[in-house]
Amino acid sequence: MRNVVVVAYEQSEIVRNAGACNEVELIMPIYRKVMEKCGLHSVQDVDFTCSGSCDYQQGAAFSFVMAIDALGAVPPIKESHVEMDAAWAFYEAWLKIQMGQADSAFLYGFGKCSPGELPIVLSQQLDPYYMAPLWVDSIAFAAMQARALLEKGDISEADMAEVVSRSRANAKHNPHAQLKGDFSIEQLLAEPMYESPLRRHDCCPVSDGASAMVIATEEKAKEWGRPYARLTGIDHRIETSVFGARDLTQSVSTKIAGEKAGVGNGKVDVAELYAPFSHQEIILKRALGLDDDTVVNPSGGVLAGNIMMASGLSRIGEVANRIIAGEAQRGVAHATSGPALQQNLVAVLEGAN
Amino acid sequence: MAELAAVVGIGQTKYQTKHKEVSIAGLVRMAAINALDDAGLGWDDIDAVILGKAPDMFEGIVMPELYLTDALGCNGKPMLRVHTAGSVGGSTALVAASYVQSGVFKRVLTVSFEKQSESNAMWALSNAQPFSVHLNAGAGGFFAPIIREYIRRSNAPADAGIKVAMKDRLHGARNPLAHLQMPNITMKEVEESPMLWEPLRFLESCPSSDGACAMVIAHEDLVSQSPKAPAWIRGGAMRSEPTMYAGRDEVNPQAGQDCAKDVYAQAGITNPRKDLDCAEVYVPFSWYEPMWLENLGFADVGKGWELTMEGATSLDENGDIPWNCSGGVLSSNAIGASGMIRFAEAARQVRNDAGDHQVEGARTALGHAYGGGAQFFAMWVVSADKP
Repeated sequence: MRNVVVVAYEQSEIVRNAGACNEVELIMPIYRKVMEKCGLHSVQDVDFTCSGSCDYQQGAAFSFVMAIDALGAVPPIKESHVEMDAAWAFYEAWLKIQMGQADSAFLYGFGKCSPGELPIVLSQQLDPYYMAPLWVDSIAFAAMQARALLEKGDISEADMAEVVSRSRANAKHNPHAQLKGDFSIEQLLAEPMYESPLRRHDCCPVSDGASAMVIATEEKAKEWGRPYARLTGIDHRIETSVFGARDLTQSVSTKIAGEKAGVGNGKVDVAELYAPFSHQEIILKRALGLDDDTVVNPSGGVLAGNIMMASGLSRIGEVANRIIAGEAQRGVAHATSGPALQQNLVAVLEGAN
Repeated sequence: MAELAAVVGIGQTKYQTKHKEVSIAGLVRMAAINALDDAGLGWDDIDAVILGKAPDMFEGIVMPELYLTDALGCNGKPMLRVHTAGSVGGSTALVAASYVQSGVFKRVLTVSFEKQSESNAMWALSNAQPFSVHLNAGAGGFFAPIIREYIRRSNAPADAGIKVAMKDRLHGARNPLAHLQMPNITMKEVEESPMLWEPLRFLESCPSSDGACAMVIAHEDLVSQSPKAPAWIRGGAMRSEPTMYAGRDEVNPQAGQDCAKDVYAQAGITNPRKDLDCAEVYVPFSWYEPMWLENLGFADVGKGWELTMEGATSLDENGDIPWNCSGGVLSSNAIGASGMIRFAEAARQVRNDAGDHQVEGARTALGHAYGGGAQFFAMWVVSADKP
C-alpha cells in the first residue's frame, strides 16, 4: 500500500440558503483556498480530480457538469464523479493512487439543498414501488430508529440532548457552523416534539455549501513541503434497504468498516462522525468502539450544519486539520449515506510522526 | 505498479422499449446473475459492487444504489455509485477495475442500467434551471449543429450518416440482445425516415431502451477460477473538459483526443486502425462514427467519413476495423448502461464469445464512452493476450 496523506482541506460557510450562488460560485472560493494551501495553482497540478454531489438536491440532471467549469480543466483533466457524498470520491481517488495512476488528487463535494424540501426529496431514495409512494421522509425513519433505541433502553432523551448541547457548544469554535451556542440539556428537553421522539434540535439543519481537499502520496506532500495527516485505514460498507430486515439500533456496516479500517488499533483522540440525528452519534460511537476518552465532533458535527454530499468529506477534513494543527495524534472520520445510517465509510488518520 | 485484472464474466439483459416483467431491481439482478453464471461464480465470490447509471431523474429514484443493495447481493459489502453523464457506463467499469488494480480487492461486480420506460428522459434533460440557457431540444437537438459543422469542415457526402445508420442496424441484427432488429434495412429506408434535427433523421438516432449490463472483474490470481477466456484490461483512461471555454472544439474535443492517446500508450497501441481488431464506440447519432474515427485517431482529420463509406467499419463488408459489431448505441440505448455495453462488447470480442457478431480472430479491442455535451470521455483497451 502507498501512504496517502491529506494535505489541505477547506469548507465554505454552511448556510441555510446560498441564494443565487450556483455550483461554480460555491466551489470556486474553497477551490482557490485549498490550492493556495498546497502551493498549487490549479487542478492541472494534481493527477486526478473527483467529486460528489446529488442531482435531486438542486432539481437538475447533471448538476456536476457545470462544476467542472470552476476548475480550469483546460487542457482536459482526469476526472470522475460519484452520485454520493464526496467521502466516496475520496475513496475512489485513494484507489487511483494505490493503482499508481495518480500521486495526487483534488476532491470536492457540494450541496445546494435550499431549492427543495430535503426530507421529502430524500423519501425518493426508498424502494420506488412499495416505499417511495408513501413519501416517508428521512426524519420519520430517523424517528423510528430513535424510538427503537429508547424502547430498548439503550439511550434516554437526555442522552440525545447531551449530543446536541455538546455539538452546538463545540460549534462556537467553528467559524463556518450554521447553528451554535450554549444550550443546557434541561433547556433542550423543554422544547416541544417535532417528529416524536425527535425534537427539532435532534435533527441536522438543511444547509448549502461545499468542501474541498487535496490528497497526495507522502512523497508528493514532502516535495510540496506542506504538513499533512496520514491515512492509515479506510473502508466502506452498505446494508440492506429493507427496514424490517435490519436492527436499527445498531450499525453493522459501520462496525465492519471500522474494523477493516483499523479503528481499534490505537487510541482515538478525536472522531468526526456524520450523525444527522442526535441518537445516531451514540449508535456510531458504539459501532466504532469509541469510549469517553475520544473527543467526538469538536467541529460541532453535522448537527451544527450539514452540507449534504460534502459533509462526509468534511468529517475527514476536520480530523485531518486537527492532526495537522497538532491537537490530536490519531483520529477517526465517518461518513454516511441513505436512510437511518444504511451506508457508512470509516477512515483513520494519524500524525506524520 | 497496478495489479493485473481481467473481465471474467459478462451478463446483459435483452434491450427493449419496456421491460414490464421486472422491477428495476429485477432488471439489474438479471444482468448480474448472467455475469456471475458466465464467470462460474456465486454472490459470495464478490467482494464489492460498483454501480453506474445516468441521472437519477431518468427513473425518478434518488441514489438508487441504496435501494438496489439487496438485489445486487451487496449487504455488508462495499457499494459505490458512479455518475459521469453518458460516459458513466465506461467510467463505472474503470472505477470497478481500480478496486482490483489497486490491490485492495480480488473480485468485484460492476453493473449499470437504465429503465427509461419508468420515466421520461426527455423531461429529465429539459427542466429549466436558473441562470442557464434553457435547451428544450433533447440530445439530438444539442448535437445537430455540431454535426453540421463537421460536415462543413470535412465536405463529407450527405449519405455518410445514412450509411452508419444502416451498417449499425445490420450489425444489430446479428445480436439477439439488440433492441432494434432490422435485418433488411436499406439506405433508402434511412433516407426516407423523418428529419428530426437537421441533418439527423429518425433512423439516424438511437432508440430509448430498458436494459442492464454487468461484468465480473477479477485479479490475475483468480482469473483461472472462471471457465471462459479472460479479457485482460490493458489500459483505461478518463478525461473531462469544461462545457464552456474559449477555443473549445466541440467537433473534435481535446478531451477525447487526450483520452485516446493515454489509453493507447498504456496498451502499446501506436496505430489504432492496425493494432486494434475492432472497436465498440459510443455512437448515439449516425454522424458520430466519422467524427469519432477522427477524434480517436483511426483516420486523419476530415477523412473519417471515407472509412465509413469504404466499408472499413462494417462487418458485412469485411472491413479491416469493424466498429460496433453489436449494433452499438444506434441499436440499443439503455443510457446509463450504454458505455458499459461498449466496454463489455469489446471484452466479448477478445474472449471470442460474441456469437454472430464476432470479429474473426479478434485479440485486442477498444471500448469507448462519452457523455454530457461531449465533455466526458472514458475508454479501455482489452486483449486476449496477458500483458
